Amino acid sequence: MSALYNALFRNNFQMLGVVFASAFAFEMAYDTGMNRLWDNMNKGRQWKDIRSRYVEAEEEEE
Amino acid sequence: MLARSCLRSTRLFNGARNGANTFTKRSFSTSGSGASTESPTKLNIAAVASTALAVGSVAWYYHLYGPTAHAMTPAEEGLHPAKYPWVHEQWFKTFDHQALRRGFQVYREVCMACHSLSRVPYRALVGTVLTVDEAKALAEENEYDTEPNDEGEIEKRPGKLSDYIPPPYKNDEAARAANNGALPPDLSLIIKARHGGCNYIFSLLTGYPEEPPAGAQLAAGMNFNPYFPGTGIAMARVLYDGLVEYEDETPATTSQMAKDVVEFLNWAAEPEMDDRKRMGMKVLTVTAVLFALSIWVKRYKWASVKSRKIVYDPPKASNNVRT
Repeated sequence: MSALYNALFRNNFQMLGVVFASAFAFEMAYDTGMNRLWDNMNKGRQWKDIRSRYVEAEEEEE
Repeated sequence: MLARSCLRSTRLFNGARNGANTFTKRSFSTSGSGASTESPTKLNIAAVASTALAVGSVAWYYHLYGPTAHAMTPAEEGLHPAKYPWVHEQWFKTFDHQALRRGFQVYREVCMACHSLSRVPYRALVGTVLTVDEAKALAEENEYDTEPNDEGEIEKRPGKLSDYIPPPYKNDEAARAANNGALPPDLSLIIKARHGGCNYIFSLLTGYPEEPPAGAQLAAGMNFNPYFPGTGIAMARVLYDGLVEYEDETPATTSQMAKDVVEFLNWAAEPEMDDRKRMGMKVLTVTAVLFALSIWVKRYKWASVKSRKIVYDPPKASNNVRT
């Protein structure tokens, strides 16, 4: 425990760095996770779910 | 005699405020000073008159201020639409983009003949209802003014993605002239601009009766629709079964087309809705966690205070104390 404290929070600049880095990492992980949940809740309703039908259809015509 | 009884009744009014005791006292005192003693009949008449006056004034006051005043009759108000269970109005649901695509098709083939959609550019349709190529092809069907060239002439060019969907009429006057004096409203924000929103537009589109009910008064060239405020609407019923042939082979019933076009118009009014709701879900989740955390911290900090017990321990009575 104290080793962890020494490594991360001993100096103020260390602590700041840890806070900023963890905020950045949390933001990325949280956004990715929530977006995945959102897409799952709205499966088949969004444009990206139905886009393939119209794009492929056009390529066949050309 | 009448004047006397009137006087008595007003006095009764004054006396009533002080209660029955003073009333009896006063009647005794007047009878003492005056020559005549009040007969029970006169007292009864006075009581009836004062009661009638009180009831009458309350009734008059209620007549004046009691009932709610409506500026409009129910017909002028229009029939309130039923609430439909729109999926896209749920908190965590996006628009159904397949429905948006069908709704755009209905708009283009039916509504666009009279109604403009002037706040929606073609680029907004890309990634929502159309692919880039489809949107470009649609935009190129129209002509727009160019910038003035070297000689100051304004020429025509085919449309681009950044152009807005062209209105069917040049201006409002032209629209009125073509529509018997009625101006078809712009549909860009119509869902937000009408009470009842989606429910109202859907009910309006599907609510035209076969023929107006008996006794309904209609101006010349107007159509009856109970949902429209005033019930006389210049727009005739436009959606009939099979009017549009959907590319995804959904049966084009009247209600299906109305539902699709209403959802499309909702998108036109709130194109940011999908992103807004997704952001809202994230914010609500984080806020809920932080709220729970703050409650836990409060309970943790207060635990020692709340569980503290203060006891008064009196000194033991000793035998040495003299009484």
